[in-house]
Amino acid sequence: MPKLNVNGKMLDYAADDGTPLLWVLREQLGLTGTKYGCGIAQCGACTVHIDGVAVRSCVMPASAMTVKQKITTIEGVSADGSHPVQRAWQALDVPQCGFCQSGMIMAATSLLKEKPNPTDRDIDEAMTNICRCGTYNRVRSAIHTAAKEMAAAKAGAKPKKVAELGKSVMNIEHVAGGQV
Amino acid sequence: MNAAVKASRRTFLKGSAATTTGLVIGFYVPFLNKQAIAQGITASIAPEVNAWVVVRPDDKVVIRVARSEMGQGTLTGLAQMVAEELECDWAKVMTEYPTPGQSLARQRVWGNFSTGGSQGIRGSHDYVRKGGAAARMVLIQAAAEEWKVPVGECSVSKGVITHGPSKRSTTYGKVANAAAKLPPPKDIPLKDPKDWKVIGKRLARLDTVDKTTGKQVYGMDLKLPGMLNAAVKDSPVFGGKVKSVDDAAVLKRPGVVKVLRVGDSAVAVVADTWWRAKTALDALKIEWDEGPNAKLSSASFGEILKAGLDAKDAVVGNSVGDAPAAIASAARKIEAVYSYPHQNHACMEVMNATVKWTPEKCEVWVPTQNGEAAHAAATDASGLPAAQCEVYKIHLGGGFGRRGATDYVRQAVGIAKQMPGTPIKMIWSREEDMAQGRFHPVTQCKLVAGLDDKGEITGLHMRISGQSILAGVAPQNIRDGKDPVVFQGLNPPGPEASIGYTFPTLLVDHAMRNPSTPVGFWRGVNLNQNTIYLESFIDEIAVATKQEPLALRRKLMKNHPKHLAVLNAVAEKIGYDKPAPTGVFRGLAQTMGFGSYVAACAEISISKEGALKIHRIVAATDCGNAVNPQQIEAQVEGSFVYGLSAALYQECTMKDGRIEQSNFADYPTLRLADMPKVETVIVASGGFWGGVGEPTIAVAAPAVLNAIFAATGKRIRDLPLKNHSLKA
Repeated sequence: MPKLNVNGKMLDYAADDGTPLLWVLREQLGLTGTKYGCGIAQCGACTVHIDGVAVRSCVMPASAMTVKQKITTIEGVSADGSHPVQRAWQALDVPQCGFCQSGMIMAATSLLKEKPNPTDRDIDEAMTNICRCGTYNRVRSAIHTAAKEMAAAKAGAKPKKVAELGKSVMNIEHVAGGQV
Repeated sequence: MNAAVKASRRTFLKGSAATTTGLVIGFYVPFLNKQAIAQGITASIAPEVNAWVVVRPDDKVVIRVARSEMGQGTLTGLAQMVAEELECDWAKVMTEYPTPGQSLARQRVWGNFSTGGSQGIRGSHDYVRKGGAAARMVLIQAAAEEWKVPVGECSVSKGVITHGPSKRSTTYGKVANAAAKLPPPKDIPLKDPKDWKVIGKRLARLDTVDKTTGKQVYGMDLKLPGMLNAAVKDSPVFGGKVKSVDDAAVLKRPGVVKVLRVGDSAVAVVADTWWRAKTALDALKIEWDEGPNAKLSSASFGEILKAGLDAKDAVVGNSVGDAPAAIASAARKIEAVYSYPHQNHACMEVMNATVKWTPEKCEVWVPTQNGEAAHAAATDASGLPAAQCEVYKIHLGGGFGRRGATDYVRQAVGIAKQMPGTPIKMIWSREEDMAQGRFHPVTQCKLVAGLDDKGEITGLHMRISGQSILAGVAPQNIRDGKDPVVFQGLNPPGPEASIGYTFPTLLVDHAMRNPSTPVGFWRGVNLNQNTIYLESFIDEIAVATKQEPLALRRKLMKNHPKHLAVLNAVAEKIGYDKPAPTGVFRGLAQTMGFGSYVAACAEISISKEGALKIHRIVAATDCGNAVNPQQIEAQVEGSFVYGLSAALYQECTMKDGRIEQSNFADYPTLRLADMPKVETVIVASGGFWGGVGEPTIAVAAPAVLNAIFAATGKRIRDLPLKNHSLKA
């Protein structure tokens, strides 16, 4: 049985040749956080990481993947939504309908890995995912927020609470003190 | 015990079974937001205080929301409205959806489920606040009765009830059982707005975390035990039928279970996985009887609409004095013809629905903007009585009006009915979603202004020719040939969609011309093109009469103070009295619709090569009461993405009866790199409740088009902009 290396686990799957990685993740492995939006690598809702690089899984045949290639999906970013990018997303209430946001977060985490302090132009170039609700400006702001948090963490600072970030960046009140 | 509680107990039992056997999310649970699945199951064992409020023994408050969350934040906003009157602890609030079947069984206790027309808050503010207030009243009464003290001596703050004289206190969770047995109060006073503590706050949404972890369940993600998947193809020509299907080869494919007809116009493949169903469907040989619309094209529609511009059969939407006579005798006339194309909603999540049909029951799990309409469609398509049908609403991956229609619900029921007992998840491909849209209506508009010898307007005639949405989706609402929705933003003075100008004479009329393309409510609806027509033409008059566009508007808007206030707010914020930066040009637009007043100013530049760059947009909204300002900002920003995507790129054209665009490659949408900075001014003048999800879309395009004219002298009268060169 073929295997995929997903979120740190070796997982068996059964699919016909040519089945895109997206549909293996969703239908064989139960990882439905990765979304189908277009099937032609246009919208980015299906973005996952392969060895840390953002890839559109809807046009990537699963059979082309080797077990040495590490696949990370939104479910593998953190178990509890505590990754700095996810916390920035929560703090700024980025998602509207939320359907594109798994892909957005995967694209953003890949960008920040490559460029820890991205410029607006870097963000323009890396974030080509489609959002129909129109969350782009908050996506941009959340990437900058996450970059600062990650830099501070590197320098030894304690991560800020979601509520603290939300209040300071956008004056959003997280009454419950942040969900994470 | 009422029906909802009974249903909830059943849910709890089945939900528990589902949990213990490790079955997947969504199994039998009616309240399908993830939070509610995890927590609502136990919530359901607490009795409801009333239809809107359940308080658990641990003081967690479950607020029921009948409208659908599709990104617009209504779940949070409506919960704020209930919580305001309930005086509960916001940190302990959760939400859940009641089902349409429960609502039907309880005489529609939750009111209208329909989530469109920016109605979430403005259509239910009164009864949801009363629901919260009534719950508070019986909760306090229960505590007072337990203590045997007068109710008037008790007060509540954040769900803690205190008896002042004795300093005793208890919590909502402790008295909820007793409160549930009390009769509902008759007189339910609401708070004075000045006392609001939850309404008006920049609170974080209640549904964000799961959308950052992949845990949020959308319709497409649903999995039921024993479920199969369906891919479907309807006739690519509207009104066409299936002539023949050769399924021999496809049925031999692994995983393919069945090839079946859905009605007389569609074919579905059912397989173990959707990918197998979809690829099998692609390989299927289908012959179509294309019917009478096989030769239609966008060009033929254009001719039909053009003829309507001067036709006699027009119905009047707004009339002041005798505009045609004033124009006929005017010293000078200005005339222009505008048009607006078909557009697809292109929700990020394609249409889908999951149905389990048995001879006894039809259950539908669906992302829908209208639970009750989905329930009615399921009832009709299933052949079962309404009481034997149920709809479980699932979080929507975008709606924008598309998910108010029920075509895809009927189709999914039609498939499941042919496979009794097997849950079927039907998902459209993006290509099917593009082909089978319920499109933004096409219209054209001829505007004629009469001017006197000093350049003052003596009359304006707007003739709209084109599609009526109501004629397509609710013909019973057409009265004397008139579709009132056609005139959005152009109505006489009043609380809804009124025109913001006073002209000495005015005639707005509509010649209904309905090409065969199915239409629907597309976010912003007819306010979109009507505002483009009028706001562009006001600028044309300003240019023709050598007046500054803001000054001309102010002159015409004297009798429309709320319209004018948002325009002035925009002018002030952008610094209109000072020139724009070198090479940057400004354009203005204002309108009123969905209960709110909106205006925008765009700052743009055009490169030598003709590339448009939108630098900055300032937008103002007066929605009366602003329930959650940070979410209003999100809606305003999103409205520019939706409105500018439409203006810049989007049209659905028809050739040989088929929609030509098939995916985001040929139906582009605005991306992050093109997104301008948006500054939102909220002018909450109070005293009314306006919508915020839609009105701003209407000012996005005309503000940019007017700025383009300022930059280039080119007046764009038909969209999308990609069809025009802006090169000098």
